[in-house]
Amino acid sequence: MCRYDEFDHAFVAERVDQFRGQVARRVAGDLSEDEFKPLRLMNGLYLQLHAYMLRVAIPYGTLSATQMRMLAHIARTYDRGYGHFTTRQNIQYNWPALADVPDILDDLASVEMHAIQTSGNCIRNTTADPLAGVAADEIEDPRVYAEIIRQWSTLHPEFSFLPRKFKIAVTGAPNDRAVTRGHDIGLRMHRDLQGNPSFEVMVGGGQGRTPILAKTIRNFLPVEHLLSYLEAILRVYNQLGRRDNIYKARIKILVQSEGEAAFAEQVEAEWQQIHNNAPGALDLPEAERNRIAAYFAPHGYADLPKQSPILDAALDTDPAFAAWVESNVQGHKQPGYAIATISLKPHGGIPGDASAGQMDAVADLAERYGFDEIRITYKQNLVLPDVPKADLHTVWQELVDLGLGTANAGRISDIIACPGLDYCNLANARSIPIAQRISERFTDLQREREIGDLSLNISGCINACAHHHVANIGILGVDKKGVEYYQITLGGVADENAAIGAVIGPAFEEHQIADAVETIVDVYLNERETDERFIETYQRVGPQPFKEKLYATD
Amino acid sequence: MSIPIPKTIKKTQITTAQAVTANRLSDGAVVYLTDQNTWSAEIDDCQIVNDQGVAENFLSLTQELSGGLSGGDQVVGTYLFKVQLDGGRALPLSRREIIRTTGPSISFGATAAPKQPQI
Ligand code: SF4
Repeated sequence: MCRYDEFDHAFVAERVDQFRGQVARRVAGDLSEDEFKPLRLMNGLYLQLHAYMLRVAIPYGTLSATQMRMLAHIARTYDRGYGHFTTRQNIQYNWPALADVPDILDDLASVEMHAIQTSGNCIRNTTADPLAGVAADEIEDPRVYAEIIRQWSTLHPEFSFLPRKFKIAVTGAPNDRAVTRGHDIGLRMHRDLQGNPSFEVMVGGGQGRTPILAKTIRNFLPVEHLLSYLEAILRVYNQLGRRDNIYKARIKILVQSEGEAAFAEQVEAEWQQIHNNAPGALDLPEAERNRIAAYFAPHGYADLPKQSPILDAALDTDPAFAAWVESNVQGHKQPGYAIATISLKPHGGIPGDASAGQMDAVADLAERYGFDEIRITYKQNLVLPDVPKADLHTVWQELVDLGLGTANAGRISDIIACPGLDYCNLANARSIPIAQRISERFTDLQREREIGDLSLNISGCINACAHHHVANIGILGVDKKGVEYYQITLGGVADENAAIGAVIGPAFEEHQIADAVETIVDVYLNERETDERFIETYQRVGPQPFKEKLYATD
Repeated sequence: MSIPIPKTIKKTQITTAQAVTANRLSDGAVVYLTDQNTWSAEIDDCQIVNDQGVAENFLSLTQELSGGLSGGDQVVGTYLFKVQLDGGRALPLSRREIIRTTGPSISFGATAAPKQPQI
């Protein structure tokens, strides 16, 4: 788990003190809003439609029970009793008062958390596979490298004023649960030809108005060279990235305009230069990697049998539980344990929202049925990563009592939705009510199971914070003369086979969108061959059958 | 002295009644300029203008109000928005301004009923 060293403690404490002074000067009228705005943004504080919004980083999506309780405390004490978990493993509070923010930051610092670099043109919170350290398919725990990147990128003087914001995602497994191709830099671990762990380095991915998948510029980067190589990429971007046009400032545009081969060559040249100037200075010695890896050392797992008779009996007698296990529970690398996804998508609820009470209760569960850890996922859900199989039924029953037991992980109602026009200053249309309406259409568990794995994401504007471009069904809110419309894309994929969806046709009005999604599902069920997932059917039959039904004139 | 009109407000856009809004510095709450030249959280208190010249004066006034105050009266990000009149009451025209006036269109946090999964 992320651990602060003395530098981190001192730096975060100093930053909170500075911000306290800045807030006081702003309230006293000594700082104008123009002067204050960059200062508050550096501390993760945005001004939205009705209130301030504070975005807090959750490094690589891992929280201790103590940290989760602090998030609950903040929600209860300074906000309106809830928080919103985002695709980038952050939590957002929607209603903090300006004067309270320094106290919130103090409280966060007391549990080694902060909101620094959650805004601005810097390297943002590095995200990682939410199943890091427990996934059966993992080569190495990616959090070790995410932590190394966190330490390197925090207040990096050269990269604090990049042309635009910069996001990095890391996975240690071949199955990509961190959307690495959707990031400015994606790092995916493979074994090289000698069997050593190394990173595939992908650059220039992003959502927004120009969705692009990151291009692989190096297939096997030895892990000890991670920082020098990242430094080389960032230097090329910092020098050549456009600062004159905000819409062309992301690294994806640079990679596209230079061409990926030419860009890769420039990175290699810069990398060589870094080596020549200071040989080995940025290398990661094995001892240092091991020191950081110790933060994430495997827990003291009990020697449990692979099968649990208690679990098997519950599966036989409780079909609702069996359905939850089918969708929300995954295999663990340790025999006798399981990974349980806690859905923050109750049917008709707000995707990603959790109340303070729910956060406290999840912290309790993590202590009682795990090793004090909770994960935040790209899908805006929570994960209990180390549940003994024999305890799964009890855990699920407690989750049901908390309103957190929905059996829909990876299903159509497991919708990613951004805050949209209900909160966001940049929005064109609402996302949340659309997500609620669609998920209410799929409350029948049997129907959801029949539909199977399907991703549906909704963004309230072209900034695409909900990653609708890489959803099987993507929905984008647009404004047409003051009226909310919704454009549908089909065929996006967020995993290791990432793909950008294609617009299916003219946008739908708000009252039509849930029907349109049902139509898409009906076409899929009609067209699919045995055991085909939605995306497989779509890739086989193409958009035409969907178009025909969606825009039938009768 | 001529008052510069912000880029977002073009003369041609001013075709209907307008009011001035902002966010309160202390908590970001939505506020409206009243005919007493104070800020109110109630849209019913807002001052309505139909005339380009008066709208310009409004902007001038709000610049003064947002720039020179301290304490609880300070606001951030003043701008004009279109309203229609309904029996003397101002109703915002755009969805965005309707939501700013009424708050999120969904029930959230403690007001959102905990949903039980379908089992
Ligand atoms: S996608 Fe647009 S509306 Fe949604 S959170 Fe991002 S900026 Fe706001």
